Amino acid sequence: MNAEELQQIAAAAEEERGKFDYEVNVCMGTSCLAQHSDGIRDAIEKEAEGCGKRCHARRTGCMGPCAAGPMVLVEPAGILYGHVHEADAKEIVASLGAEPVARLDPQLGSYFEGQHFRVLENVGHIDPEKVDEYVARGGYEALLKGLTEMTPAAVIEQISKSGLRGRGGGGYPTGLKWDTVARVKGAQKYVICNGDEGDPGAFMDRSVLESDPQRVIEGMTIAAYAIGASKGYIYVRAEYPLAVQRLTVALREARRRGFLGYGICETTFNFDIDIRLGAGAFVCGEETALIASIEGKRGSPRPRPPYPAVSGLWGDPTLINNVETFANVAPIIRNGGEWFASMGTARSKGTKVFALTGRIRRTGLVEVPMGMTLRQIIFGIGGGVPDGRKFKAVQTGGPSGGCLPEEHLDLSISYDALISAGSMMGSGGMIVMDDTSCMVSVARFFMEFCMTESCGKCIPCRAGTVQMYELLSKICRGEATRRDLDQLTELCEVVGATSLCGLGQTAPNPVLSTLRYFRHEYLAHIDEKRCPAGVCQCGPPPRQADLTGTQGAAVEVHA
Amino acid sequence: MSDVKTLATVWLDGCSGCHMSLLDMDERLIELSSQFRLVYSPLVDRKTFPEQVDVTLVEGAVASEEDLKKIRKIREHTAVLVSLGDCALTGNVSAMRNMCGPQPVFVRVYQENADLQRQVPSVGVPPLLDRVRPVHEVVPVEVYVPGCPPSADTIYQVLSELLAGHVPTLGGVAHFG
Amino acid sequence: MSAEPNIRTLNIDGVGISARADQTILETAREHNIAIPTLCHLEGLSEVGACRLCLVEVKGARRLLPACVTRVEEGMEVTTHTPKIDRYRTLVLELFFAERNHVCSVCVANGRCELQSLALTLGMTHVELPYQYPQLPVDASHPRFTVDHNRCVLCTRCVRVCSEIEGANTWGVMGRGAQSLVITDLKEPWGQSETCTSCGKCVQVCPTGALFEKTGATSKVRKHPEFLPYLRIMREGE
Repeated sequence: MNAEELQQIAAAAEEERGKFDYEVNVCMGTSCLAQHSDGIRDAIEKEAEGCGKRCHARRTGCMGPCAAGPMVLVEPAGILYGHVHEADAKEIVASLGAEPVARLDPQLGSYFEGQHFRVLENVGHIDPEKVDEYVARGGYEALLKGLTEMTPAAVIEQISKSGLRGRGGGGYPTGLKWDTVARVKGAQKYVICNGDEGDPGAFMDRSVLESDPQRVIEGMTIAAYAIGASKGYIYVRAEYPLAVQRLTVALREARRRGFLGYGICETTFNFDIDIRLGAGAFVCGEETALIASIEGKRGSPRPRPPYPAVSGLWGDPTLINNVETFANVAPIIRNGGEWFASMGTARSKGTKVFALTGRIRRTGLVEVPMGMTLRQIIFGIGGGVPDGRKFKAVQTGGPSGGCLPEEHLDLSISYDALISAGSMMGSGGMIVMDDTSCMVSVARFFMEFCMTESCGKCIPCRAGTVQMYELLSKICRGEATRRDLDQLTELCEVVGATSLCGLGQTAPNPVLSTLRYFRHEYLAHIDEKRCPAGVCQCGPPPRQADLTGTQGAAVEVHA
Repeated sequence: MSDVKTLATVWLDGCSGCHMSLLDMDERLIELSSQFRLVYSPLVDRKTFPEQVDVTLVEGAVASEEDLKKIRKIREHTAVLVSLGDCALTGNVSAMRNMCGPQPVFVRVYQENADLQRQVPSVGVPPLLDRVRPVHEVVPVEVYVPGCPPSADTIYQVLSELLAGHVPTLGGVAHFG
Repeated sequence: MSAEPNIRTLNIDGVGISARADQTILETAREHNIAIPTLCHLEGLSEVGACRLCLVEVKGARRLLPACVTRVEEGMEVTTHTPKIDRYRTLVLELFFAERNHVCSVCVANGRCELQSLALTLGMTHVELPYQYPQLPVDASHPRFTVDHNRCVLCTRCVRVCSEIEGANTWGVMGRGAQSLVITDLKEPWGQSETCTSCGKCVQVCPTGALFEKTGATSKVRKHPEFLPYLRIMREGE
């Protein structure tokens, strides 16, 4: 593959597109597919054939506003339809070249205002299973540029300059990570893409893998070149069958076009990628547990150091980045690190993809520049809280994050601002809650998650999460005392400080943040035996419910 | 320091081993007896708990409604409450039924293993709690003395210090079991 | 001394100490009679850093570090005991005791149990946290040994000794979180295990009464984990 061939592929793809007057892009993301968007696409194709219009019905990835799905995008007019049914196919085809179908307007309001697509730039425009469509939109230019015009050090320099930080949650500077692995001596190095997205309410990585898998493959290949790796793994959770299927096709396509394999882009650089499926353990998102899992061992973390950069997969230097981090690489190499750094805040550059869910009008996938406020995202893009309810809190960062109240709505999104507010960026889940949510129950939910997902290796996480979960349940039942609250606080401190890996270290965060902002709700449960949101059943407990009651049982046996 | 303190001992759900260990202090009991007056105990005849007691040693876990009532009342009338022995401070053997609840224990004891009158007594015996609990889960406790039973030496040390007006800590001195 | 490239000088609890670069804080401290509590650590086995009792403060480190896996560094300043660390250790130990059914008075390891002695040395006289009372099995199918999960602290010494020293890989861990269990083979009864060589090393290294030899009287249950370093030295000497 050289520049000329790349252009030929792009030209051929363009020529193919030229055969059609219209393109009807139908979303084949998991949520639209669940509403039979494949049937819609077939119906449109059939309808177009029937009436002789030169129309291409394309399968694409997620377009973002999942709540309005199934989504259909009509090009070149750029008309977006929502809540489409198979029966609408006829009308949509008939409207091509004429007035759009007004009743299928998805009513997205200001959904796209302020959004900025970098990671999601191809989403909704290309067929994720066709590498040539990716190339036609500038795909693999960056790989070619990197391999043929830049040294590995120069690639790392651009990544460092860009200020890109790990999108998996930790926010570690990507350039620094690459540089570390590049400097470690080792005959064999590995690149691993962490696609074990497991936070409740998060679906960013799934959407990227489903919609634009080539972008991730390109990012990984550039990374492999930069650090000197010849083998890569994409670790995807098995609960994402569609992402796995599209990745499998994408890898095959990339190999066929020579973007993977031996002598990539007519250089001496070799690299190939395999898929590894997660077996349903959240902890495998932790890098050392993920490595153990790929090695075929029990997926439990080990103490660091040594860091994977020094001793990772099979003891060799290993680079692990998240899906979204790799998805950011190609545009940085294409346009330069300074271009990337021109957007965002002082220490958080570029954009961030968020999965907006919960009590919000327009659920979906959004990509916004760092520095945008929570208010802009939730009330501007997301359209605010439905049914006339009142906004109460937004949960970011999954089970490791925290709940931020209304007074923090004007917080500008950045790694550091979120941490100082008691939450964290996390991988990008954003769960909005209204006044029908009980914050103690929310904390309890996340604690239950951590409790069941704890690998069981270290005692604070294994047993501490159980104790904290039980204390939270006790508070929810209205049976707790102030002493229980003190014990909960103490456990939060100790589990956070002594756990082996990030799962346990951050497990107390949902409790700590709700205690910080919603302490009055805890106290209402404890002192007044009352749930302010009316969620918990915590009336006055039947006197000493757990202390008495055996008498009846004894009589029963006696009788 | 010369004033004589009042001492009570109480036996909840335990085997009386801690009381035996108390008696194992032998002649040291006589030495201590000049400093305390035993006002309530399974070892003496008094039936009601006194109005105010300086030190109460509690043997045994809280296993029945009777225990619960007793310990709450004792707490109210005691200045320094001492959890004496593993049953009082961990639940120990008494609490082993917590793994299955009281029901299977009833069946085993009163039905399967009984030769005559295979029935669970319900009259004149205090009903059991669903869960046996250590004393400090029910009322606040000042001193914890681990051991099954705590040795006579340990009890002597505890009593000496208490009678001298100190609150002893047994960390690093006595262990469970 | 600093001319020697593989020697590091550091400071533990205010005492200036030198150590080999490949030594851990724990090894160094113990060589100098500085006590750091441990449970999952055992000389002769690989380290897992799971019990969190050996966490120490290292100046400049963002978090507490496990002494068993942290290598010494030049100029390191380590503190092994502070009121905070002691408080953490006690609560961690409480978590161990509350998690399963450690009834010391009727345990075969009573008086010879590492968990029990940790409570003594750390000055823990009672457990504030509520006991969990899980229902756990006892497997006595092996002719010579028994595994009682009620007493297991999941230190995985048995798993490691079986894999690293005996090479049988009979022991493993199944389940996760509080449901984790050490198992023989694919959770076959121990007595039916086809990989177990009945060498008994797992029993010798078990810190509690979870693994024990079937003998007439419990007072005879003595464990000898000290065979491990000896065995290692002998093997390396060959």
